[in-house]
This record gives sequence, C-alpha cells and structure tokens, in this order.
Amino acid sequence: MLNETLTFAKADAVPVMPVYGKASIARMRSMGARQVTAEATTKRMAWVTQVAAVRDRQDKAAFAELFAYFAPRVKSFLMKSGASPDMAEECAQEVMVTLWNKAHLFDPSKASVSTWIFTIARNRRIDILRKQKRPEPEDLPWGPEAEPDQADAMGLQQETEQLGEALAALPAEQRKLIERAYFGELSHSEIAAETGLPLGTIKSRIRLALERLRHTMK
Amino acid sequence: MTMNKIKHHLTDALLMGYAAGTLPEAFNLVVATHISMCDTCRAALAGYDAVGGEVMLDSDPVSMAEDALATAMSRISATRFTAPAKPKRAAGIFPAPLREYTGGDLDSVKWRRVGGGVSQMVLPTASGASVRLLRIPAGTAVPDHGHRGLELTLVLQGAFVDETDRFAAGDIEIANEDLNHTPVAEAGMDCICLAATDAPLRFNGFMPRLAQRFIGI
Repeated sequence: MLNETLTFAKADAVPVMPVYGKASIARMRSMGARQVTAEATTKRMAWVTQVAAVRDRQDKAAFAELFAYFAPRVKSFLMKSGASPDMAEECAQEVMVTLWNKAHLFDPSKASVSTWIFTIARNRRIDILRKQKRPEPEDLPWGPEAEPDQADAMGLQQETEQLGEALAALPAEQRKLIERAYFGELSHSEIAAETGLPLGTIKSRIRLALERLRHTMK
Repeated sequence: MTMNKIKHHLTDALLMGYAAGTLPEAFNLVVATHISMCDTCRAALAGYDAVGGEVMLDSDPVSMAEDALATAMSRISATRFTAPAKPKRAAGIFPAPLREYTGGDLDSVKWRRVGGGVSQMVLPTASGASVRLLRIPAGTAVPDHGHRGLELTLVLQGAFVDETDRFAAGDIEIANEDLNHTPVAEAGMDCICLAATDAPLRFNGFMPRLAQRFIGI
C-alpha cells in the first residue's frame, strides 16, 4: 500500500510527455490488433453461447440473432457460388434450420460457428447445384465431447479470428484468388497452379490452428 | 484412427478443393477415405474449412426476405434431436466413406480381373472423374503408365513401390502428367488401393493399350 502511494506520488511529481519511437508505435499497433482480436474472439464466443442456447433450451431469441447475422452472409456466399437469389434465399434458410436441428453436433473446440455454418452451406450447395453425393471422413471415435474444454474452445475461436485477419490482410489480388477457389470458380489444377502465393502467407495461420486441433483431437 | 506411419499426404490444392466442395465425387471419395486414416490431413482440412468460413463471413451480406426468420421457425421441427450414437470404426480395412460405396469391407468387393493378375471394381460416382478399387497380387507390377490428368492412389492394404518411393497403408500417391511409373506390389500381401483419375491412364506398351480398351482403366 505504502509502495503504491509512493509510486503514484512519484509519477505525479515527474510528469513525462510520452515520446514514442518507431518500435513502441509498432508495439502499440500490435497491442491494438490484439485488442481487436480479443473483441472479435468475444463475439465468436458469443455465437458459441448462442448455439449452446439453441441446443439446450431451443432458445428462439438466440437463434434469431444467429439468423440475423449469418443468413445474409450464407445467402451472399451462395449467390457468389452461382446460385440464383431465390435459390440462395431458400438454401440459406435450410442451412439455418440445419443449425437448429444439429446444434448438438457443434463442437467449439474443433470449429468456429462461422466454420461450421460454412460446411453446412457448402454441403447444401453440392447437393443442390452439383447434385452429387459428398463422401465425408468418418468421425473420430472419441468426439464430439459432451462438454468441450472452455480454454480449448476459446483458443480455437481466437485462432480462427487470427486466420480471418490474416486473410483480410492479404493483398487484394491474392485474397481474390482464395475467394474464387471457395466460390467454386477454380478447378483443382487452377488451385494448384494459382493459389501457392496466398496460401504460403496464410499457411502459418492454418498450421497454428492445426496444432491446436491436433492437440484437442488427441 | 491414428496411423502415425503415414508418409505421403494430400496436397494443399486437394485439401482446399475438398473444403471448397469443388472436386469431382471420385476425388472426394479418395480424400475422405485418406482423411479417415490420417489425423494430419484431418487437422489440415479443418484449417481449410476455417478459411471457407472466413471467406463466407467476409461476403457482403445480402438481405433475406422480411419473413425469412418466421418461415425458418415454422420449418423447424418440434422434435428434440439427440446426439446419435458415436459411430464405431468397424473392424476391417475400409474406412466408413468407402464402405458406403462398396456396401461392406474387402470381402464384399466384386472383383473383375483386368489382366496381369490385377483385379478391379469400379465404384459408381458422378461424372468428371472415376474411382476404382484395385487388387495387385503381392510381387506383381501394374503396367508402366503415364497420366493425362490427375491420378490419386490411396493404399488400403499392403504396399507398392514405384520409381518415386514406397507407399504403404494410408499413403496417397498424387500423380500428374509428369509421372510415368511402374508400381510394383510388395511381396507378402496383396496390395489393395483406391485409385481415382480424371482422365484415362496412358499405358506405354502396345499390349496394355489394347487391354485398356477392354478393361476401361
């Protein structure tokens, strides 16, 4: 207590105008980025909570919030993938209904809500636009956990956020290539030939997320 | 299923194509079967799925119809969904996605001899690429061939060796136009592979070329 008082007194006594060098500005920027990441991670954890509320209490208000945020993005994604506006609207609704019905299968230590919704939308797109079966890997025999570890879930959400930020920070042309691959505009050989550069940049992020996933899978 | 000895994995392009949902069904089957056997690629796929999620999040939102939420609510079934029993990995060598195409494990495969002791079963998939199971007797060579397109060969049992390396259970060889090879099954055990291609193979000898017209590989 005494020490704290002394420190405050000293600080008061010697007012110093802060002088920031380049290094400290960079440090502040990165702190700012961390702040942004922290807020966005909180938002992602809020989605996780909303999905849990749908699962546990059939919470319609939580569902409405998820719907308001995600349905227009799913619709947009599907339209960019070649669906007509009507079909995209219909399909986005189905995706959200699937979210309600399969909420118990969501595991936040393995995927962000955005990732999970994307996989549902992608599978619907394959059903509808390509009229194909999609073989899926068999489930891990030990998942999904009934109550995933909160720290694992938080870490995964944070890493997904950082992956999103790394994507956003790519030069526009490179980002465009990645987007085109996911909108279904690139064939396998085009992906192989063209996405090497942007992939190299975001791969460290993908790898980071992988390490955690591998850890939670064990 | 953890198989730590897997040495040959999927490429980034295949993982991304699978995550994006743009590969032909035949390739999807090989990818899904490999991932069922390979935790490294399973984790990598999760990363590529996450990229897709971020691309979707970043799409400029397009407004839904005014009554969209109400319509969705009315479609939601009143039934409570409970988690299905965790699927147990069946004994045998075929992972679940492959079993859906064969109707069972190795003993349910209806082999057709294609010459040189090699047998195959073509699995039904949508067009764009084809996929087959191959049984190469221990010590037997598959005729020297090149590829016009992309060929994925996943080993399910036994092992084969070609000019590039040795491929054992769980390993996947990814071959394109640049590779001419003569895979030879190792002694000791028949080599069972799941092979997909988006173009007919190109055999380098006359007799195999003739045979190709009849066996359709």
